[in-house]
Amino acid sequence: MTNHTITHSNTRSSTNSSLNSSSMRRILPLIMAIMLGVSVLAVAGHAQSPTLHGAAHDTRHATGFPCH
Amino acid sequence: MFSRVVTTALFAGCIAGLLGGLLQLYFVQPVLLHAELYESGTITHFGSDPMTHASHGDSELDLTRDLLSLGFSMAIYVGYGLILAALMALRQESNQTISIRQGLIWGLAGFIAVHFAPGFGLPPEVPGVASASLESRQIWWGATVLATIIAFWLIAFSKAPIAFGLAVVLLLAPHVIGAPEPDMLIGPVPPEIASHFAARAFGVGMASWAVLGLFSSYFLATHAADDVD
Repeated sequence: MTNHTITHSNTRSSTNSSLNSSSMRRILPLIMAIMLGVSVLAVAGHAQSPTLHGAAHDTRHATGFPCH
Repeated sequence: MFSRVVTTALFAGCIAGLLGGLLQLYFVQPVLLHAELYESGTITHFGSDPMTHASHGDSELDLTRDLLSLGFSMAIYVGYGLILAALMALRQESNQTISIRQGLIWGLAGFIAVHFAPGFGLPPEVPGVASASLESRQIWWGATVLATIIAFWLIAFSKAPIAFGLAVVLLLAPHVIGAPEPDMLIGPVPPEIASHFAARAFGVGMASWAVLGLFSSYFLATHAADDVD
């Protein structure tokens, strides 16, 4: 744990570019997770194909998505 | 990190969606089915004997329809869970821990952001109500949710006083601009049923989001030890 922390602070203090790539590496998966979540919601909550709309109808109304 | 967020969202979203779906079937579905009788014209608001139709009655069990509702409820809360868990993980990146009680507050804030705030302009609607075009409502809905989430983030985590002012502007702006409204009000469903539906939808949504926030913080903390980076 201590080693891990030390390695980290060294990486952070080295250069600006490595700081940027390090924070990007940490934030990118979170952005991907958010985009995945938005995609799931777009299909389950907003997509208007008749079959999908019919199947999700009651839940969309109850969860306040704009429907019809 | 990605797998930790996805695992958290799957577990927490399925639990919240299942519970929310069951609450929906018990509390919201009878009101919705009652409204559909008016939407289809099977019963009418005026000119019929009001005593006959005042109660929501026992909703008939439609297994396929109800199972689909449960499935979609779980899918929707997994989707919300992905966003919620990712934002929680973002806070943890700044060495902030999120307790289960704090998770509850995250969940309630989520409910306000994606359900209550857009519902202030576009209340959860029973089938058959008049409304503006779907595209305009979806755009307003999305913009309101995004503005409210950013506002809450600023209020919760920004140290700059100006952030509060910006947050208030973001919270108010969608409602000052106003949600798209229908040209005519032609809904055949009685207002008593419509308002009952909106209130029940909000209540069930709040309970589901509270559960989502609670379990998201729990699973995120549980899986923190699994992280290798």
